[in-house]
Order: sequence, then structure tokens, then C-alpha cells
Amino acid sequence: MQLFPCPFCGPRSESEFHFGGDAGNHRPEGFRTVTDGEWTAYLYERNNPRGAANEIWMHMTCGEIFRMERDTVHHRVAQSFALGEGDGHDGMAY
Amino acid sequence: MTAWRTEGGSAIDRARSLRFTFDGRVIEGFAGDTVASALLAGGVSVLGRSFKYHRPRGLWGAGVEEPNALVDIAGDMPNTRATQALAVDGMAVRSVNADPSAEKDRHAFLDAFARFIPAAFYYKTFMVPDWHSFEPRIRQMAGLGVLDEAIQSPAFAEQINHHCDVLVVGAGPAGLLAARTAQRAGKRVLLCDDGRQVGGSLLFREGAIEGKAGADWAADVAAELAEAGALVLTGTTAFGIYDHHLVGLNQKGADGAPDRLWRVRSTSIVLATGAIERPLPFSNNDLPGIMSAEAALVYLRRFGIVAGRKVMIATNNGLAYETAQALAAAGADVTVVDYRADVPAPAGLRVLKGRTIVSATGRGAVNAVKLSDGSVLETDAVLASGGFTPSVHLYCQAQGKLDWRDDILAFVPGRPVDGVDVVGAAAGDFKLPAEIGATEGREFGIVAAWPKPNSKERVWIDLQNDVTAKDVELAVRENFVSVEHLKRYTTLGMATDQGKTSNVNGLALMAELTGRRIPEVGTTTYRPPFTPVPLASFAGARSGTRMKPLRRLPLEQQHRADGAVFRDYGGWLRPAYYGDGAPDERIQAEARAARNGVALFDGSPLGKIEVIGPDAAPFLDFIYYNTMSTLAPGRCRYGFILTEGGNVYDDGVLVRLDENRFVVSCSSSHVAGVHGLLEEWRQDRFDKRRIFIHNATAEMATLTVTGPKARALMEVLDLGIALDDTALPHMAVVSGVFEGVALRIARISFTGERSYEISVPADRAVALWARLRQAGEAFGARLLGLEALMILRAEKGYIVIGKDTDGTSRPMDFGLTAPLERKKVEFIGRRSLLTEDAALADRRQFVGLEAIDDKGLLPTGAHGIEPSSAGLRSTGYVTSSYFSPALQKPIALGLIERGLSRMGEVIELQHLRQIRRARIVSACAFDEEGSRLHA
Amino acid sequence: MTRHYSVFSLFKEGLRGQKGWQQAWRSPQPKPRYDILIIGGGGHGLATAYYLAKTHNIRNIAIIEKGWLGGGNTGRNTTVVRSNYFFPESTALYEMALKLYEGLGRDLNYNIMLSQRGIITLAHSEAEMEMAARTVNAMQINGTDAELFGIDDVRRVLPLLNVSPQARYPVFGGVWQGRAGTARHDAVAWGYARAADRLGVDIIQSCEVEDFLIEGGRCRGVRTSRGEIRAERTGMVVAGHSSHLATKAGFRLPITSYALQACVSEPIKPVLDTVVLSPGTGTYASQSDKGEMVVGGALDRVPSYGQRGNLPVLEEVVSGLLEMFPSFRQLRLMRQWAGIVDVTPDSSPILGESPLPGLFLNCGWGTGGFKAIPAGGTLLAHLLATGKHHDVSRPFDLDRFSRGRLIDEAAGSGIAH
Repeated sequence: MQLFPCPFCGPRSESEFHFGGDAGNHRPEGFRTVTDGEWTAYLYERNNPRGAANEIWMHMTCGEIFRMERDTVHHRVAQSFALGEGDGHDGMAY
Repeated sequence: MTAWRTEGGSAIDRARSLRFTFDGRVIEGFAGDTVASALLAGGVSVLGRSFKYHRPRGLWGAGVEEPNALVDIAGDMPNTRATQALAVDGMAVRSVNADPSAEKDRHAFLDAFARFIPAAFYYKTFMVPDWHSFEPRIRQMAGLGVLDEAIQSPAFAEQINHHCDVLVVGAGPAGLLAARTAQRAGKRVLLCDDGRQVGGSLLFREGAIEGKAGADWAADVAAELAEAGALVLTGTTAFGIYDHHLVGLNQKGADGAPDRLWRVRSTSIVLATGAIERPLPFSNNDLPGIMSAEAALVYLRRFGIVAGRKVMIATNNGLAYETAQALAAAGADVTVVDYRADVPAPAGLRVLKGRTIVSATGRGAVNAVKLSDGSVLETDAVLASGGFTPSVHLYCQAQGKLDWRDDILAFVPGRPVDGVDVVGAAAGDFKLPAEIGATEGREFGIVAAWPKPNSKERVWIDLQNDVTAKDVELAVRENFVSVEHLKRYTTLGMATDQGKTSNVNGLALMAELTGRRIPEVGTTTYRPPFTPVPLASFAGARSGTRMKPLRRLPLEQQHRADGAVFRDYGGWLRPAYYGDGAPDERIQAEARAARNGVALFDGSPLGKIEVIGPDAAPFLDFIYYNTMSTLAPGRCRYGFILTEGGNVYDDGVLVRLDENRFVVSCSSSHVAGVHGLLEEWRQDRFDKRRIFIHNATAEMATLTVTGPKARALMEVLDLGIALDDTALPHMAVVSGVFEGVALRIARISFTGERSYEISVPADRAVALWARLRQAGEAFGARLLGLEALMILRAEKGYIVIGKDTDGTSRPMDFGLTAPLERKKVEFIGRRSLLTEDAALADRRQFVGLEAIDDKGLLPTGAHGIEPSSAGLRSTGYVTSSYFSPALQKPIALGLIERGLSRMGEVIELQHLRQIRRARIVSACAFDEEGSRLHA
Repeated sequence: MTRHYSVFSLFKEGLRGQKGWQQAWRSPQPKPRYDILIIGGGGHGLATAYYLAKTHNIRNIAIIEKGWLGGGNTGRNTTVVRSNYFFPESTALYEMALKLYEGLGRDLNYNIMLSQRGIITLAHSEAEMEMAARTVNAMQINGTDAELFGIDDVRRVLPLLNVSPQARYPVFGGVWQGRAGTARHDAVAWGYARAADRLGVDIIQSCEVEDFLIEGGRCRGVRTSRGEIRAERTGMVVAGHSSHLATKAGFRLPITSYALQACVSEPIKPVLDTVVLSPGTGTYASQSDKGEMVVGGALDRVPSYGQRGNLPVLEEVVSGLLEMFPSFRQLRLMRQWAGIVDVTPDSSPILGESPLPGLFLNCGWGTGGFKAIPAGGTLLAHLLATGKHHDVSRPFDLDRFSRGRLIDEAAGSGIAH
């Protein structure tokens, strides 16, 4: 069981978190002009790195979204950050 | 093997004798005996049969490493290691994989055919006619123990989460010292050991520590630790190290209680897990009577058992001399065969130096060995030591990498792993720790004695799985030279002992055969658990409703009193219908009551998520497929929430309480999902300071009054609201008061009848329900269960998410195209509605289906069919189907290709190969103009 | 040297100490150039090479494998084969695989131990029975075998199952596919490897791809830990590591890698004769020929390349098993492990040319790759040999994501709700 550091609540069990995708996966704006390729890249394509990852997570118990840097092979967590106020667009895709 | 009980034995209490049966034979022993020690003392040499060749097998070890002596104990688990099971008076023990007994096994003949069934032979045959025709017999032959189907233990394993500063695994000398050092430095310590007592090797090896006998020192240290508040757990195996150094411990339950699982988080971990003795490779080295030299010492010192009369100690290292001397002192006739030529022999022992054992002979038990000098020596016990393999399993699971040490011929922990220290024999240090003033040094001085190729007879590598040197040679011959291929092809190391005694000998032979050094061959991956762990320990109390607790209504007791029959709906336990009798009749009657009079419904699980703040309206425009910002305060609007992929995720009514305050209603099974989605978009896309989201689902009960007499009933409640249709029209919401508490009344209907949905704080639900029941009496109000509600909404063609939709449904499939065409702003999933798929003409669309073949209800799940090149193709399926009480005929809903443009068309449906015929009709079968909503 | 496997050759070899067997495959040095190169020596890669050689008569082929062949998910799965899918596209794919499996032992001259002992997917409520009917009808219409089982049928095939109405997940019936079952996973890899080797395919183990050779906008081969290997067409068949290699090739994939865990109990005499899956508990199980209960469940929650098990999912999977079979409380867990699975947004595989011309994909099988090995190999072989899709693989092209034409089995059969 991994421990993830919620920036608001401290280290908590992995079972309390929801994976939100790559950090920096910006939603392309303007549905009339966004191309299939741009939309597909946002909606489906993933970095899925082997090694250092920069990801968005939600701590479901406090409801806050944050960014976390971790290693996907060894599972070491480097650090986590609260997202800046209102700067948004960091990704959570469905 | 003619083992015999002598004096002493620190583990047993000679004052308390016990008797049990083994394969029907009575065995006597003492309290403290293991099943293995009692059998050994009782002269039982054959304890079981090997997996494949059904060779007779005796004891090899004295602990977790035991490969042979697996037994079934009546009332307990199959495949129990006899070396670890305490003997209990009256128990019935059976050998495994033997029929009728280990001594006389009817499959023993298989050994004669061994040459035709080498490793992996099954891949080369049984192909004609096919495997499945051979398989049943082979399955019957395989397996080891027998499951007792009658045992259904109701007791649950406890699971304990524990935090400490230092976890020490192994309470031998190195572990005890580490624990004491940490404890004295003020650390919170947990010390565990899989033995029944602390001490590890100190319990059977000689050596004074700090002026005390080893076992006494161990007991004193444990007492000191316990005194100072450390946790000392015996009978407890650390079976795995998981992510972020979570360590799993399994603690053996006392007196038949289930085992207990510990999940331990420790700042640092000390592994003092010891080392396991390896067998020596010689022909027929699997015969009963051939035992680990260290195990023989355990049986002598712990259980007072001398392994034989005429004992041969065979060793390639110095550690076996303690066994030799102890057994000689106990009266055995001891000969040492030392594989090393150049060693000083202790006085008083017969030592044959520089010789090796070539083969052992005997039927059912060893009776002689042949040495490399050609001599043949009679013996009734061969006590072998082929060196020691440090138990590095946990270190490797913690992602440690091993180094090979030529001086001790063993893999030892290599680079350090953060937070994990390995000490003592597990680190390859077979002497007592210097800092505790151990006086006795043991010269290890090992020489290689690895299995050699081309031996004429069989040399066993893996005892339990019957893997011999020939099998390893075969694997190499066929180019299975990766260590993982070797393991899988020969099954070496895959038995219940997971190769604790066999792996290194196998690697060494592989190295020899492929001209590599042992470290170049490498090891297979060490996987948890270290020893098999009861499944029940992992399950803990997760059983029945504790597996996934059902959510319960505030009014559950009231519904029970009214005879509700409950079912699980999306994780909520809800009334399906009320009362005894034929369910269909009850359900139909409830539905009729709602159409003809008035009915009361508990809709409390309905999601109620409040969205509050100055940006709430544009936020909800983004969330919903439909435009929501134009909704007037006090009004409600139905809408879809989509996924970003453009599929319908949920539907529901949005209520606008005032300019900046909304309530999102969502499906009861989607509350957590919708809440998460709202939070994510709030934080990710909007100014999160200007929107507040609050999930009020659990704090508000929702009680619905529905039916033509609903208004009349509401009138008598006196909730302080005007009920006329101008003050509270359909799809409007007002605030009322009930017994001094504010509540919300909305004209929202899921039945097609005039309905009042009353949301009340959950702690007032009982009172309001009672008031509704009381007021309802005058109107003949009936209680409405979920099944009747499903019929009512189906008559109206209202969808249920997940039943009439699936994960591929798009909003246009339900005829809702206006937002896509007219809405000005972005919303979730919008761009996905512009893809090729969304524009396809042959999408499945939501329609009604009317059976026209007089065969009754259309089965839900029946598919529309059309001929195709491949035979048939599906054109969609029935999603809901009921007998309509209002229309007195079957009705059905479905998703049918191009259905919305095929009204009136007759299609064929197939269900379990039967054909039905139905006409495509409007989804709304009853009151299409909606006049009853206002009646 | 004895090449052919049969009871007679086994007998003959038995008489001479099993010393005459030919190597199952050679260990050749990589050549600088092949007609077709396949990255990944798992089941799908090996099968691709075999069908290229056998069906398309292309023999100058190499498979490169960074570790040992069959060492990825092929050797880590729970060995279930089945084709009980909802959409016709999926049925065509998995039915192709199952049909090939049915003749594979003899085709390869290697006993893959296909055991068609049937799979039952349980239904825990009336609503789930309706969904089960929807699935059974779809399967029958799409031309594969399926039956809707009632509670009595379930009792018959699973006598030890807890069918108490009071159970947390009571059993109403389920979807039965009798032709489904298990096959010995290692044998599938080894059988394809041996047969491909016999047809001249070079299987090169311990050879890791370091980079792609991209010239003129096309993939022209790879640089490996054992030197450059050139080929005009390259197939990439690396499951959970697809994204990692795609990055080297300059594109991203709609894939997230997760650990999928499995475990086995100690071996016992036979008590479970079919494969069983309970959507309620999320656990599935079968008993191997060796007697071990082979148990699996849901993906781990956290994207990962760490090939190891953990406790939270294991605890859920095991408790699910004991809820289904209370008498299994007597069993012990013997070994747990994990594979890295490549999960796509619709949990269907990706077959087709990649954004880098000359590089073809077979990936995205997620938790279900083993059962599809013969079809995955056939279809990628077709792509590599002809440059064009087989009818069966066309719907699974990467372009389905931009076209919005996902093949989402879970969504279609109602599991997502």
C-alpha cells in the first residue's frame, strides 16, 4: 500500500486517491475549431511514462486536486503540490 | 531411520504426553512436540509422497523450509507443514498425495516410469485427440492435500495496522541484538519471529552470550524488550514487504483461533531472517532418513530426539560439526564425511575427510551410502549440510539486489536499500555478533558441492516437485537457459516451499551446464509470501455486508414495519415492494394506486449536490449538456451530464433555489461520481473561490407524494406553502416549514402523475413520513416501492441511467438534439459529439417496443435482429419491459438502430434463440401530452 | 536429434535418457537486416512471427526480446481463454483466437493444455440477469456459444459456491460459455517460439531496444543493446511497455499502464471444475491442473510499471474469493505477482500502423491479452505482410479514437454502471 502526500492532509493511503491524468494536459478550447487530432490528444493520449511522472490526483476524502511527482517503477514519491488558485486547466480527463 | 527419544528437549514437556493418529496409526508424543518431531520420535520414516513420482519422503527440515512433510490435519488446513504444526492430543493427521497411506501408496508404481515422464513431458504428448480427454485423470493425480468441504469457519481473522520506529524480523541473536539496541535508544520496536519462542538458532546451538546460555540470553532480552514496551510477536511470519515498506505479518492464532494479519509501517526495518541449510547433491538424496544436519540438531536439543543409531554427518562446511558432536554425546554412532580435505578434525569424532557421498541406497529409508572412494557405509540417518542460503526474500521484495559471495557460496544482500538493514546469517554472517561478546567462533570454511551433470542415477534438486539434476540438464539441452525458463519448465522452486532448499543448487547446476558463474545465471524473482499465508488472513472481516456495506435509508425501520421487501439498488438497500403475496400483484397494485389515487415513495438516495456561488450558473452550463443558466430561480430543469467522450453519464433535474444556489439531482448510484466530477471541474477550470460544492445527499431525505390525489394530501399537511399551480407549478420549487424545520418541496415527477418531492433534513424524515402516512389514510395512500416506480416511469418513457442507457449512449439517441444545435458555450463532452461516430445514421435510438405476437412481455435483453452476411446481426436490444397496469398490456423500451425514424415499423427480436415480433412505437406509452402532471 | 513431439518420441527418448531432444529454439546472433522485425517476445510477438512464416511464407524475421521469451504478461496471467464478448467486432476477434486455440496444440506440435472447462460469469440480481440475457443473446447472434444459466445450472457447475439468498452478492444465474477455459500460458509462448524457430525465425533474447532508426519519416529498424537491426517493417508488441517505446518513436498512445495482480493458493485435489467470475466481488478463479487456485481481480488503482503485487487489491480479491467459496478459508496463498497491463480508454486492443510509418502496433490488450494471442498474431502478421488491415482488425485501428468509434465492452454490457 502506497502512501501519497496530500498537500492538505499529509500522507494517506493510496486507496483514498483518484488518478486524474497527466499534469499539463490542457483542454483544447473552442469546439468549432478544435481538430480531431487535438481533441484525441487531450482526451485519450497519455504520457504514461516509465519512471518519473508528473500527475494530477484527487484526494477523495478532502476533495482537493493536487499535482504529484513520483516514479512509476519504484513508486517513490518525490513531492506533491497544491494547485494555484484559479489557474486550472491542468488536466483531469474522463 | 531409527530415531529415538533421549533425554532433554527444551521445547517439550515430558510431564504431559499426548496421542494422535497419523494415517490411522497411533503416535505418542509430548506437549510441545510438533507433528514432525512426534512422528520422528515415533519411528515414522515415511511422512508423505512426492508430487510427481510418489516417492516415499521423510523429514528434511525442522521449520519453514520443510519440503516433504506436508500433512492434512482434520479440521485444519490442507498441506500443513508437519514441522510447524504443534501436535495436539487426539488430532487426526493424514499424509498428503498418498493413498491409502504414505507407507503404502498405490501410485508408487509411477516411479518406475520416471524416465518416460521427465520435466515438462506433458508438453510433448497428450495432444491426440486432445488434452481435455487426458486431463481429468491427471487432475485427480495432481494436487496435494484435500479440502474439507464441510468446514466453513465463521471466525474472521483480525487485521491490525501498526506503526513503529523499528521492525525487526527474526528473533535470533542478530535480531534480538538489533531490537535491544533500538529499544535502548528509545525507539518503538516490534520484534517478530516465526518460531514459537524467541531465540532462533540460540535455541539449539551452543554458545554463551554475555555470560548466559544462548536460550536464556534470548529469553532475557525478550523480557527486557517487553518490559520496556516493545511488541514481541512469536509465531509470526513477516511474509512480504510491499510498496513504501509496508510489511505484512501473519501471526498464528492460538488454540484454533484464526491467524491474524498485521500491516506494519516502520521507519526502519531490520531483517534478521537467518539462513536455510541446503541439501547435498548425491544419487537418491531424497530417501527418508536423509535430513538436514541443522534440523537434526534442532530435533535433539529441542525435542530430545536422536535422529538415528548409526548416523552419518555429510558436510561441505564446518557448521555441521556441532550436530556431529551433540549426537555422538547423545549416544549415536557418528561418522562424519567431510567434503573438505584440509580441515582439523575435532577429537573423538570419526571423520572421513576429502570424500563425498556418491549415492544413497535403501527401500523406503536410507540404509547405506557409497562414498567417492568407493567404500560403502551402512547408516540409518544421513545428516547433510550443503551450505546455507541466507533468507533474502524480504530484502529482494524491497527491491534489493543480491551479490554473490564465493567465500560462503551464497547470495547475500548487495547495495543498501533505504530503511532496510539486513543482519546476521541473512547477511551471510554465520557467526554470532561480535558485540555481544560471543566466545564461540564457528569456522564455516565451505567448499563447493554442487550437483554435477551426467550422474547415472537421479539426484534431487527440488524435493517436493520432484525436480532432479537430469531435469535441469534436459532444460538446458532444450535451451531453457534463462533462470525463469528453468523454473517454469522444470517447476523447480514452484512448490509450496517455493524452493527454499532447492533454488541455489539448481542455479549452480545451470551455471555448470552453461559455462557461467552462478551470479551470471541469477535468481528468479522473490515474490510474497515468504511462506504460504492463510487466505482468511487477507480477507479479514470482509465478508457479507462488510465486504461492501450497503447504504441504508433513514426510514428503514418504518419500511420494515410496513412489510417492505428490500433489495440492493446501486448499493442502497431499498424497498422493492411492500407486503406479502405474489410480488407481481403487489407491484401492480402499488403502481395502480399511484395512477388512481395517491402513493408515497421514499426517494432519499436521490443525489442532492448543492452548487453555490456567483459562478454557479456558468459552471453548470459547462457541466450539463443542457443550458442551465437560463433557468429561473425557483424552477427546475431536466438535463444530461456527459462524459468528455460525449456519452451520457447521468441524468437528473437541476433545481435553482436562487440566483446563486442550485441543487444537482443525480442517480443514487452516481452520487460519488458526480460529486467528484463537479469538484474536479470546479478546481480545474473555474475560479474555485467563486463556487462551493456540497454533497447534501445523506443529510436530506427525499419523500415523494405522487398521484391524482397528491395535491389534496399535501393540502392537509400544512407546510406553510401555497399549492396552487401558479404558486407551485410543475417543475417549480418552494420552501416550506415542517415542525419548525425548513424543507424543500419540488414539483418533479418520475411517475407522470402530479408529484411533490419533499426534501427534509434526514433527522426529521421519520416525523414527516409519519405525518404523510397519517394524512394519507384519508386518501387511501399506498406505499410505493422501487419496482412499481420503475413501471410507472417506463409507461412514461422516462429513462433509467445504466438500464436504458449504456456507456455508449449519446444524448441525441434520446431525441435531445437542441443543446448540441443551439447551445452557445462549451460543455463537457461537446467536442466528442462532433466526431464521426456521433454523426452516424445507424445509431441506436431510444424507442418504445410493442409486442405484436401475443406472446406476452418482450424479454429484457432480447436483441433486434437482421440478416447479415455473417448470418445475423443485432440492431439493438430491449432495455426495459413490464406489464403496464395503466394500459393493461405489455410495454417495452429499447435502443434500436435508427429507431426514432422507424416509428410503426415491425422488427424481429431474438431471445435465447426464440423469435419475437414487435412494433417500434413512441417511448411514451401513457399520457403522451403530459396532462396528468397538472391534473 | 528428436524434433517431433509425441508419445512415441517421448517413449523413445525415455529409453535413452531423454538425451536426444533438439533445442526448443536456437539462440542466434542478430543479423543486421531482416525483412520484418518484431519487438517483444511474448505470446503475441511469437505468434506474429509464426503466422508470418507459416501463412505468409516470410522467413527472414527476427523477434527481439529484452528479457526472456514469454516473460511478460504471457507468463503472468491467469490463463483464461474465452470469447464471451458483446460487440460483434470483439466477438470476431476473440472467436478467431478461440478457434485457433482449439487446434493450436496439434498445429504447433506442442501441448498447450487447452482445457475447455467453461466459464461462468455470475449475475447477482434480477437486473444483472437482464444484462446477462443481453450478453447471451448478443453472443448467440454474433455466432459464438453462450447459454443463460439459472441458479440450478450454476449450482451444478459450482457445487461449492455460496448461493445463499442472504449473501452480500446473491447468485441468480449467469452467462455460460462452455468452450471457454484455460490454457497453459508458458506452453503457448514456448509452442509458438519452437514452431517459429523451426520455420527459420530468429528469436533473440536479452536484446533491448534503445531507439528506433527513423529515416525519411519511416521506421527502418531499431538500435538495440546488441547493435542495429534493420527492417522495412517493424511490429511493436510490448504490452505494458508500449507507451515507453512509443515515446522513443515520437508519438503517444491512448494507453495507461497498470499492475494487474494474480495469486495462487497451495495445490489441493480438484474442487473447482470451471472458470468463475463474480462481477459483484470482482474476483475470478479457476483451479489449475496442478491443483492451485488461480485467482485474479481488478487492476491496481495507481498507474505503475512495478511488476509486483501489493496488499490492498490482494485483500479485496481474496475476500471476494472467500465470499464466493467459504470453504476456501482453509487454503493458503502460495504466491502473488503482477503483470503490467496496457489499458486503453475502451479496454479494447490497438492493432494497426502507428503514426510512424513502417511501425505497426499490437497493444492495448489490457487484462485480456492472453486469450487473444493466436488472433493478435494472425492479425499483426497480416498487417506486416500486406501493409493492410484484416477485416477483423480494422475496427481496432488507432484511428477509432479520433473517429469516436470506441469498442467499449464494459460500457456496452452495462458493467460501467
